[in-house]
Amino acid sequence: MTRMLGSDAILRALEHEGVRVAFGIPGGAILPTYDAIARGTSVRHVLARHEQGAGHMAQGYARASGEVGVAIATSGPGATNLVTPIADAWMDSTPLVCITGQVRGGLIGTDAFQEIDATGITMPIVKHSWLVQDAEELPSVLKAAFHVARTGRQGPVLVDVAKDAQEAELDFEYPDDSDLPGWKPPRTVDERQVHEAARAILAAKRPIVYAGGGVVNGDACSELLALVDAARLPAVVTLMGKGCLPDSHPLNYGAPGMHGSKYANWALNKADLVIAVGSRFDDRVTGKLSAFAPGAKVIHFDVDAAEVGKIRHAEIPVVGPLKPALARLTAAVHGLGTPDHEPWLRQLEDWRARFPYRYSRGEGVLKPQTVVETLRDLTAGRDDVIWTTGVGQHQMWAMQYLVCDRPRSFITSGGLGTMGYGVPAAIGAKAARPDATVVCIDGDGCFQMTGQELATAALERLPIVVVIVNNAWLGMVRQWQELFYGERFAQTHLTHQVPDYAQLAEAYGCAGFTVGSEGELESTLAAALAAGRTAVVDARCDPSENCYPMVPAGAAAVDVREAPEQEALSA
Amino acid sequence: MSEHTLSVRLENKAGALARVSQLFARRGYNIQSLVVGPTERENISRLTLRVDCSEHSLEQIEKQIHKLVNVLRVTELRPENAVESELALITVASPPDARAELLAAARASGASIADFGQDAITFQIVGRPHDVDAFEDLLRPYGLLELARTGRIGLHRPHSNDRKDSNG
Repeated sequence: MTRMLGSDAILRALEHEGVRVAFGIPGGAILPTYDAIARGTSVRHVLARHEQGAGHMAQGYARASGEVGVAIATSGPGATNLVTPIADAWMDSTPLVCITGQVRGGLIGTDAFQEIDATGITMPIVKHSWLVQDAEELPSVLKAAFHVARTGRQGPVLVDVAKDAQEAELDFEYPDDSDLPGWKPPRTVDERQVHEAARAILAAKRPIVYAGGGVVNGDACSELLALVDAARLPAVVTLMGKGCLPDSHPLNYGAPGMHGSKYANWALNKADLVIAVGSRFDDRVTGKLSAFAPGAKVIHFDVDAAEVGKIRHAEIPVVGPLKPALARLTAAVHGLGTPDHEPWLRQLEDWRARFPYRYSRGEGVLKPQTVVETLRDLTAGRDDVIWTTGVGQHQMWAMQYLVCDRPRSFITSGGLGTMGYGVPAAIGAKAARPDATVVCIDGDGCFQMTGQELATAALERLPIVVVIVNNAWLGMVRQWQELFYGERFAQTHLTHQVPDYAQLAEAYGCAGFTVGSEGELESTLAAALAAGRTAVVDARCDPSENCYPMVPAGAAAVDVREAPEQEALSA
Repeated sequence: MSEHTLSVRLENKAGALARVSQLFARRGYNIQSLVVGPTERENISRLTLRVDCSEHSLEQIEKQIHKLVNVLRVTELRPENAVESELALITVASPPDARAELLAAARASGASIADFGQDAITFQIVGRPHDVDAFEDLLRPYGLLELARTGRIGLHRPHSNDRKDSNG
């Protein structure tokens, strides 16, 4: 037991939890804790330029490493700026501990300077939160915070610490366990349910695995691969799951959903057995729910009981951690015999051959898909690349065309769809994995939401490569205006005029590149990848390119459309 | 949509009640009554909540409540397996010519007199929710001046199967 200040106790707790890097910005109510950082800690602090950036960096760190991300901010605006990353982490189940300063206990509830009810504002988007006004509570609260963030279905927690609690002394002893009688995530799965699932797999003629981000979070990727191989089960993998099963695995049919391939959507929707694993029947996957996989029985594996049956009834629910669940399922299937669904696999191969991702290469214009394909080809065979994205068309093209064969190599904002996620998430990923080449494929709209974090990348020596698929528009919104709003392009034109992204990059001490033609694309991207410092490529693309295939909003996923010219070819 | 009573055992900590109630608010469900009070265990409260929602929504919300860190147990109190009770205070106008009738009605309903004024009487009734409803209806024609109901509390009947945790 050691006598110390609350602020030092926070740092000692982070050290006990194995935190290597924390991301944040100081301010009035968190100053004592930054003073403790100045006194010394093994935790590296990365200074962001905006708390939203700090939060997304912590998310990128968590997603790249599998560890808990930590973001630190002051009270009031510091806390409210963290709300978006917290919401993002909530939707995508990213383990995150956010530590915010709060005004002194005596001022709480008085609308004091920079006072905001941080626990109240974040209540619907955290697994749990604590307001600490007594320094003695800090060790147990932080122990509990990390435990809750990383166990069960992972997600964000908030610890709001009054300034005087940071300044007060306590006897520090870090507990071995947390005392949380109400926190009981499942530790095992029901063996009978697993066996029922195995029997259903043996009986199915058209089974499909529908794997999501939970497989990565549940550290069950190798178990999924073993299952797919042993039972020769075809799989579709969601945006959040990308990388949980190698993209180049012959039984991986890639992403279903609104911008997934025709073959993946058909595989999922024409199946007679859907084996959902760590996925949650998101509306972007299902399309019109009443028409989703109408002939399928559903097995749903999830660590979160509340996800099972939420959207689609599961005939065979299996609640519990995915790693042991999938291992037992593979064993159970093996014990029952060899599934035979070769005609179905041949059907899927036929669809894949007939409806690949494709686009028309333009004359004299750079197509955004070409940018993504060129990046893919330039990095082919490398096992050190981590991709991050913003949100929109470029994100969907990245999902379609990148090949991710390892877990945690594709980091994106799925559920919340947070524009601006890509750059800070890339910085966080780089901090987690300094050996990796981290490439952010971003949109021009997205980049302008968090681009100031280039300063962080430059000064903290966390070099990343940012490739802006610059189509001069809020492209996905423009696409919807074109298709569903009578081509009335209200407030979506960002233009190719300002900013000059290459100059902006140079202003931040980064390398800046501009490319507008296919001829110079490969050499420019190669130069950026080899820059040895943070590089930004402004890839000026065809503004009118739309993202296909597409399931129109409200349509059945099975009615997924390719680009009109491709549909004409297939007809 | 149908009415349901949920019984939630939760740690008596700041914000615990808000965490439960916001799960209903975000889905647009109006809570008809909500009672929180102490239990046989120190630092553990029982929250009894009456809400009008679909069976499927209720199942969802039960699961979400169960995930809350401060919640120890959540169960639905089904009428066939539970005892439920509530208290009401009802102030009714009592002109001299109606007074005798009112007192007789109260006697017959098992209500007591909480306050006897010149122009009004405040009755107190404790009982099963439908008994309270009936007494309220009985007094209504005399002119209800004010009414306060606690909302129902309930427990599973001893030996009822529902007593065990519904969420494992």
